[in-house]
Amino acid sequence: MAANEDLNIDRIANLARLALTPEEKVKFSAQLADVLTNIEKLKQVNVDGVEPTAHAFPIYNVWADDVAKPGLSVEDVLRNAPAQRDNMIVVPKVVE
Amino acid sequence: MSTAAMSTELFNQTIAQLADELASGKITSVELTQAVIARTQAVDERVKAFNSFDAADALAQAAASDARRTAGQALGPLDGIPIGIKDVIAVTGQPLTASSKMLANFVSPYDATVTQKLKKAGAVIWGRLNLDEFAMGSSTENSAFHTTRNPYNLDCVPGGSSGGSAAALAAGEAIATLGSDTGGSIRQPAALCNVVGLKPTYGLVSRFGLIAFASSLDQIGPFNRTVEDAAITLQAIAGYDENDSTSVKVEIPDYRAALKEKKGPWRIGIPKEYFGEGLDPEVAAAVEKAIEFYKSLGCEIKPVSLPHTEYGVGVYYIIATAECSSNLSRYDGIRYGHRSADAKDIVDLYYKSRAEGFGPEVKRRIILGTYVLSSGYYDAYYLRAQKVRTLIRQDFLNAYNEVDAIITPTTPTPAFKRGAKADPLAMYLCDVYTIGVNLAGLPGISVPCGFSSSGLPIGMQLIGQPFKEADLLAIAHAYDSKHDWSRKTPNL
Repeated sequence: MAANEDLNIDRIANLARLALTPEEKVKFSAQLADVLTNIEKLKQVNVDGVEPTAHAFPIYNVWADDVAKPGLSVEDVLRNAPAQRDNMIVVPKVVE
Repeated sequence: MSTAAMSTELFNQTIAQLADELASGKITSVELTQAVIARTQAVDERVKAFNSFDAADALAQAAASDARRTAGQALGPLDGIPIGIKDVIAVTGQPLTASSKMLANFVSPYDATVTQKLKKAGAVIWGRLNLDEFAMGSSTENSAFHTTRNPYNLDCVPGGSSGGSAAALAAGEAIATLGSDTGGSIRQPAALCNVVGLKPTYGLVSRFGLIAFASSLDQIGPFNRTVEDAAITLQAIAGYDENDSTSVKVEIPDYRAALKEKKGPWRIGIPKEYFGEGLDPEVAAAVEKAIEFYKSLGCEIKPVSLPHTEYGVGVYYIIATAECSSNLSRYDGIRYGHRSADAKDIVDLYYKSRAEGFGPEVKRRIILGTYVLSSGYYDAYYLRAQKVRTLIRQDFLNAYNEVDAIITPTTPTPAFKRGAKADPLAMYLCDVYTIGVNLAGLPGISVPCGFSSSGLPIGMQLIGQPFKEADLLAIAHAYDSKHDWSRKTPNL
């Protein structure tokens, strides 16, 4: 597919929840088109019957025993919060 | 071999030398740590390897090490040795910024597993080292704070993303350092700064407490002055960890003992795909000279083929950006990290916090990763890349039917000037020789093997078989112990 023409930067920025300036949109579109053109090379490779590799080594679901262990204190966890009150993180109003 | 005088300063010595001097009482950890702090204060204004350091904290750790030793309870070769940490690995109570505005004020509430392990080995945890923002880059120019310089030429980059870790060690601002390697981020800066850099097999070293970039590729590893020091450092950080679900249960051998026990001769493969177009002739000549040395040891040098090499960069930039777009979705301005001050509602808060917190390269990769994972493109890009990844891995495993290790240049060229690679694609192509190792999950080590005519370091890469770090280190040590490239120091 012609990736370069398809790259709808507004749609992608929206999916990524990332506000871009008009300048960034123009710049990134051009740079990504370059990178995608380079990546198009992968289409030359015959991958019929090839299994995808998600990890270099077979990794199966790892189960931990259901045992309570000490974790971080509320104070430690909230120390990096941008805004907090009464042991809770403050966020803008979500429900009207 | 060089005839240049080697530095005898404490801050330029190896772990192996210093461990002996600490054990014999010739020096104390406080003296050593003071020497490293003084050196850092003297040169870091020029090198800019550190994001921050805490001298009082380091001296307190050193004093505790000396007290242990006096009480006859010394912990081993790392006890009392100052080790610098890439600012993407968590240390309790210290900043953890990933060289990003997003985390500029973050203080880590816990230790990474590797930090815990170094502390248990008695190491003095020293400083927070600069990197390309969120480990995305090959020059450390993408740091939101400042660009680290190459100690061998301050106009040149130190490589990246672990540029601070490589430059600090080369400049004598630490005795060893830790970095992380997703596509070459340990080996490439090690080559550019004349130090040894080891990327272990995926799963050997826990990623718990490492800020995630591309989880199926990321691996923590050490920077050292010799291969022997790399064996000592790896010994302390390797091993299964229940806090990392991709940690692999394997027996950890005595890596340092293996350097003496494993004598070869080895079968060493030369992949023609790594010696073609784009390779600087001086780099090629230095690596070929190293190959000649292995031949002189009686090693069998065999041509091997890694036919899918040319697709490595493409596969990498699909998989790494896809994983990064997912991993970095956690930075939303809610629980920690930068929060925009002028958002009108919750969704606007996400958009603006991320726009203000991330730098251009991180944004570019999030956009690319989001694109390749988006509906309608997943099969064409992500799934296909994962399949080609299988073929790249198979190339290496096929080669290992015939050889014990593979030797290549670490980088196509020596260090380049700051600002020379403004085009992202040109920067991505710096990683052409290192990316395959991450995609295949293999161990790789960069070892200094010469200098260019303009005085810039050159590194060779040895690639080993999965979980056979003991063999890889022995092969690298056979060269490193008979050459003194890695013991040279820059004029600062």
